[in-house]
Formats: sequence, C-alpha cells, structure tokens
Amino acid sequence: MLKLEKVSKSFNVGTPNEKQVLKKLNLELNEGDFVTVIGGNGAGKSTMLNMIAGVYPIDCGIITLDGKNISLAAEYERAKMIGRVFQDPMMGTAGDMQIIENLAMAARRGKNRTLRWGVTKEEKKEYYEVVKTLGLGLEERLTSKVGLLSGGQRQALTLLMATLHKPKLLLLDEHTAALDPATSAKVLNLTNKIVTEQNLTALMVTHNMKDAIDIGNRLIMMYEGHIIYDVRGEEKKKLTVNDLLKKFEEAIGEEFVNDRMLLG
Amino acid sequence: MGLLLSLQGAVGQGILWGIMALGIYLTFRVLDIADLSVDGSFATGGAVCAVSIINGIHPVIAVILATLSGFAAGFITGFLHTKCRMPAILAGILTQLALYSINLRIMGKSNIPLLQSSTLFKDFANFVNMTPNWITIIIGLICSLLVIIGIYWFLGTEFGSCLRATGNNENMVRANGVNTDTTKLFGLMLSNGLVAMSGALVTQQQSVADVKMGVGAIVIGLASIVIGEVVFGKKAGFKLRLVSIIIGSIIYRIIVALVLQMGLNTDDLKLLTALIVAIALTVPVLLEKKKRVAMYKKLTGKEFQDNA
Repeated sequence: MLKLEKVSKSFNVGTPNEKQVLKKLNLELNEGDFVTVIGGNGAGKSTMLNMIAGVYPIDCGIITLDGKNISLAAEYERAKMIGRVFQDPMMGTAGDMQIIENLAMAARRGKNRTLRWGVTKEEKKEYYEVVKTLGLGLEERLTSKVGLLSGGQRQALTLLMATLHKPKLLLLDEHTAALDPATSAKVLNLTNKIVTEQNLTALMVTHNMKDAIDIGNRLIMMYEGHIIYDVRGEEKKKLTVNDLLKKFEEAIGEEFVNDRMLLG
Repeated sequence: MGLLLSLQGAVGQGILWGIMALGIYLTFRVLDIADLSVDGSFATGGAVCAVSIINGIHPVIAVILATLSGFAAGFITGFLHTKCRMPAILAGILTQLALYSINLRIMGKSNIPLLQSSTLFKDFANFVNMTPNWITIIIGLICSLLVIIGIYWFLGTEFGSCLRATGNNENMVRANGVNTDTTKLFGLMLSNGLVAMSGALVTQQQSVADVKMGVGAIVIGLASIVIGEVVFGKKAGFKLRLVSIIIGSIIYRIIVALVLQMGLNTDDLKLLTALIVAIALTVPVLLEKKKRVAMYKKLTGKEFQDNA
C-alpha cells in the first residue's frame, strides 16, 4: 500500500544548523496495517509523516502509495488519497466556518470543486447521522462555527473529516497529545473504532508507549532518522513498556536509557 | 438645497465605489490578504472603459471589458504571490506600480473625457425623467445588487467554500485536496475584477477617466468595510455583511460631502480618509476594552460585596 525507499530529508542545508532528519528510510505498509510510531523528540516521526503527506519536498528516495509514485507530487494532490489529523486541534478544521461546511469540504476530498452548492440538502441529513456516531452531541450544532468547539471536539471532527471520504492512508500525528487524559482516551477509542471498522491503513505517531502497544497491529520505533525496531502481530501484543525501553537501549547501544529519552 | 444635492450625490458615489469595497472585502476579509494592486486596477477599469467607449463600444460591454482587465490585473498579483512566492503586499505593490504605466499606455494620455460620448448614465437619462443623482443611485443599486447576489452565490459553492476556508486555514484546505494557490489566484482575480468594474462605472458616471483616479482606493475600500463593521457589527449574517459594505461606502461619502460642505480643502481629503480608517479601526478596540473593564468592575465588585 505505502512504500518508502531510501527516503532522506535534511533541514537547513548549507548552514551550521544542518540536520539530517531522515536517513535513507525504508518502510513498507500492507493494506490494513495500523502502525503506531514511537521515538524520542527529533527521531523523525513527524518529519516522516510530513514527507508522506508532502508538506515539504524530500531530498531523495521514492515514496509509493497505492502503486503510484508520489515522491514529487504536491501536498494537495497527495491529499486526494491521504487523510490527516494533526497535533494542533486548530490545524485540521476551518474555525470560522460551520461544522457542516467543514464536513462538506472534507467529503469532497479527491473530487473537483465545482460551482455547485457547497452543502446539499441530502448531505445535511447524511452528516447528522454521521456526526451522531461521535456521541458528542455535535449533530444538533451542525451550523455552529467550528471555532466554538473544544480541542477534543475539534480533533474528533477532524478525524471524522479525514475518514469521511475513505482515504488510502490515514496519518495521525500525535493527534491526542494536546488533549486532556480523558478526552485523549475518547479520541483514541474513536480512532481505533474508525480504523478497524473501515479497515484503514494508518500511521499513528504517539508519545504514549502503552497506547502504542495496545493499538494497531504493528509498532515501529524510530531513532535519529532510522527505524530501529519493527514488530507486528502476536509478538507486538505481548510487548510491555519495559520491553520497549530495553529495545531502545539495545538499538542505540547505550547502557543508560530512561523513559525520558523515549518520552522526551 | 445645496446640501441635499451633495448628499444625494454622495449616496450615488458611495454605491458605485461600494462595488470596489466589495472586491476588496474578498481579499482583505475573506482571503485574509492585503492586496494593494487595487489602486492600479481601479484606474485600469476606468481606462479600459473610457477607451472602449471612445472607440464606439457599447457602455455595458465597456464595463464588461473593464472587469476582464481587472481579472488580468488580479492574475498578475496572484501569479507573483503564489507561483513566485512573494509576500502578498509586495506582489500587490509591484502590480500597482506596473499598472500606472500600463494605464497610461491604454489611455495614451493621462485622462480621457467622455463628455461627447454616450454612457450608461446618459443613455438611462434619455429614457426617464430623473435627476443625474437619482440615475446614479438607481444604476448603482442595480449593479451592486447583482454583485452582492453573485458573491453570495459564489462563496456558497464548493469552490467558494474552499476560497473562504483558504483565508481561514490554508493548511486544512490543502489537507482536503485543494490547491490553495488556485483559490488565492481566483480570489485575487475576482476581487480586482470587481474593483475594475467599479472604476468603469465611476468613469462613466463622472464622464472622465484619469490615471490618478485610483490613488487611495484601497484605503477608501477599507474605510467602507470597517465603517460597515462598526455600524452592523462583525457578527452580522453574511448577506447583511455584504450590504453593510455598500452602506459603509455610502456613509464614507456622506462624511466626505459634509466636511467639504463645511469648507474642508479638497487637498486634505486623503488625510481625512486615512483618519476615518484609523478611527474606524480603533473604535471597536477601545469599545471592547471599555466593555471588558466595565464587566470586570461589575463582577469583581459583586465578589467583594459578597465577601464583605
């Protein structure tokens, strides 16, 4: 489904601050893979997701999605196949526009924008039912501005928008990091439910090792622009947080590792 | 009697210039871009319109041609901003500067009088028995109504929704598969098209096109928008919001007419305009602060009494 071959990315090239964030990264995702990504700050997790989404161009390497080489495609072109939820709850929605307008825009991801009316009558009924599944009561507030919603509500809405038109790939970049623990758990449950029900292929970056173990069928650990650990299936289910810390220690060949280095 | 006449004239002028303010609204408020090419494209509209009429083209077609020339001007600004990655302000300034020369080239001289030629307003006067001021008001109302309906419809469409979202959260628009370069380019074209249309109407109404007619247009447009916001509030429904811009433009013209009646030197008009905008932008901030402090005193005062 998704294939990264020797993808590299450096920032601030030619300055003293030059940093190679991704180093010949290889990764292959099968259809239906729900992969959690962990690693310390600066490991390249978010950069990897941004490279896949096309936020910045890559320096070299090949990214293939659903058989198409998208290495040089623009962000908006890739977005036709990719759904995204961001760390910042403000980033995924248009705050000055209504909930229903946001949904209608998301439902047209991958389609040409015409001069037909932006929200049709049938859609209004359809979205009422869809939003109801969130269980947040937002279905009664479809014409409210999104800016009035809380961070958690906005993330739930963004998640819904990212999957309204089934994406080939769902990218979740620490999408629960800015939420309080209870809301975070809710949004995570919702994520799990949507990904499982729609059988989506997804990459989820998280700083919570327990979530990373509990959710999805595969886990990868990144360190300095490499994938240093890749585990799936039964083996993954048996993992504990201590196992992960040990793996991290092994991989980077240092004696002293504390969870701070991983949680950063 | 003189005052009444000048007020009537002010209303007509306000409506015609209001169409320009609607164009500026598309960039300044909807797209959140400060587009300074407006000063140039307003005169371009006037120039194209005047040259067309002089060459025997029907006044209505002349307005359409002027609008198209505004699209072209907006395209240049949009191209510089999106494809060449220039800051919008710089892109607008470059276009505005270039248009000054282009406008002179179009006209061949610095102004073209249309005293002998037919215009929308003169043609209309042949049919009805009304004063020129009333004719201006009626034609202005028809045009601005059409423009408001057009904008309302366009911004409600699929593409229009993306345009609105672009001014709100570009990131979200791209993440939903829409090229924000395209939405910005279109927004700038549409905006400058309306500005040029307004320039064409003003030219026909005053029977002269002048290369300097657009100087300060952007500020007059901003004045209209913020006066409308001060009067109607920012939270007004979208239709009312568009109408408020025309009304803002009328109020601006009335203020100008009144101070001119009171003996203000026309040389000081630009200063006055700048002051009006500065005041109109400052008033909401001060009111907000006053309200907040009053509320604080009220609530905290209660608190103290409760404790006592």
